Amino acid sequence: MKEFIVHWLTVITQPFWTSPLGMDQFVDAMQETIQMVLLSFLFGGIWGLIQGVALVVTRDKGILPNKAIYHGLNPIINALRSLPFFILAIAVIPLTKWIVGSSIGTWAAIVPLTIFIGPYMGRLIETSLLEVNDGIIESAQAMGATPWQIVFKFILPEARSSLILNMTTATISLIGATAMAGAVGAGGIGDLAYSYGYQRFDSSVMLLTVIVLLILVQLVQSLGNWLSKLR
Amino acid sequence: MIEFKNISKFYTQNGQTIPALDQINLSIPAGSIFGIIGYSGAGKSTLVRLINLLERPSEGQVIVNQKDMTALSAKDLRTERTHIGMIFQHFNLLQTKTVAENIEMPLLLLGVDKAKRQARLEELLDFIDLKHKRNAFPDELSGGQKQRVGIARALANHPKILLCDEATSALDPQTTKSVLDLLKKINEEQGITIVIVTHEMDVIERICDQVAVMEAGKVIEHGPTVQIFSHPQHPTTKTFIQTVFQQQLPRKILDNLQHKGIDTIYRLQFLGKSAHQPVIQTVIREFDIDFNILFSNMTEINGTVIGQMFVQILGSVDVVAQAVDYMKKHDVLISQAENE
Repeated sequence: MKEFIVHWLTVITQPFWTSPLGMDQFVDAMQETIQMVLLSFLFGGIWGLIQGVALVVTRDKGILPNKAIYHGLNPIINALRSLPFFILAIAVIPLTKWIVGSSIGTWAAIVPLTIFIGPYMGRLIETSLLEVNDGIIESAQAMGATPWQIVFKFILPEARSSLILNMTTATISLIGATAMAGAVGAGGIGDLAYSYGYQRFDSSVMLLTVIVLLILVQLVQSLGNWLSKLR
Repeated sequence: MIEFKNISKFYTQNGQTIPALDQINLSIPAGSIFGIIGYSGAGKSTLVRLINLLERPSEGQVIVNQKDMTALSAKDLRTERTHIGMIFQHFNLLQTKTVAENIEMPLLLLGVDKAKRQARLEELLDFIDLKHKRNAFPDELSGGQKQRVGIARALANHPKILLCDEATSALDPQTTKSVLDLLKKINEEQGITIVIVTHEMDVIERICDQVAVMEAGKVIEHGPTVQIFSHPQHPTTKTFIQTVFQQQLPRKILDNLQHKGIDTIYRLQFLGKSAHQPVIQTVIREFDIDFNILFSNMTEINGTVIGQMFVQILGSVDVVAQAVDYMKKHDVLISQAENE
């Protein structure tokens, strides 16, 4: 698989490729980027789901109103959301070291990426869940559904389409943040763009990076649109 | 049997207390179709939501099947709710689920096994006559079909009570009629108590045995529908009845009569038995009087016929008085129309 991709990228890039960078290194970097995106999407998604559901059910008009949780959680989320990713990545280095044992590498980047994307996904999930018609929740309560059933059998399935579109938006933000993580030692194509494109004025690496990112984002968005229409 | 005992409900808004329901005492007999009518904001939707406690009263008790709903634990309340079906103005079906999945939902929540769910689903699809739409999604259905799915879902777990919150308000007259017929059938065949909230008098006229009229959080009048239709007391009730059953002579006719010096107009009402007897003919034969019929109409309320006639009675004062007495004895309700 990897050889196949390396081969085809070499063929396609042949007209403009002037870099000493080996195509297999570029493919490795891509793999790292995708790995970072997928893993932080997974961890961030779990975080976001818990946060989103917690905020929706505990709000004043929610199914389990709880002022302490709602008003306690909100400022923490806002604080985390107010930091740009680049600053957050540096600020959490001690935590990253404690969890992963290192502050450099793909796994080390997943810690700040999760802390960055989790609260963001949570906010998006919250918005999606709030779009569910109150009447649906009322009908669920009238049927004698438990709060757990209301969340998992009514609210989440009804919000599905909106959730998928919002998660698509989050994934694209995540791809952006991943590139920045490259600048603080995470690897991936962000790292290549920085060390070759920025520090060595290597325009062919830059061009390929741009093309690959464009295609990646397009694919993610199309996949999201398609999934959101399924039922 | 549903009983509201001294129910009040207040909302606090900007430090002000706004009463939504004010000292309500009402009982709804088991097996009846009970209508609650009022303008928007009268508190009728709040009142019906007290029955399954979707709204909590600030004061008072709601007794459903001998149980005080306000005193139940969260778990017991959920159990009670599974015995109370509810349908809504905007149907509230799950848009991401098919007709079949929507109808099975209450059973799925209770953990009923698949074979039993399937069997009940078939019965219900048959009952609402939507077998061919089982795999359709709600947005592929018409309003009437959606409400029928809503009804099937509400009936899935064999409830004893069915609450209808403006269930026909989003439907056209023809569809309204078919949904009301279906509700009537449910009441007659399964003995389910039905509580209907509406602002449309013809819903009450068509299927309700009893009616409560609400205004500003109070029940201003309640009783058997026929009685309320024939003897409305409160101005609001009269206005509601006027929408389906003309209660007064048109202003123009009244003015015209007064212009001619005719000032005594009687309103005769024929209710049930007297509507089927030739009372008028007998009176004309027995007494030396004549009738000048100005206006008359008739309506059927849930199987009972109410007729009314506005007449001028021509004859000597004594004889007219005798004739009026005679008609009163034969169950004709008489009043002088000019006083209204």
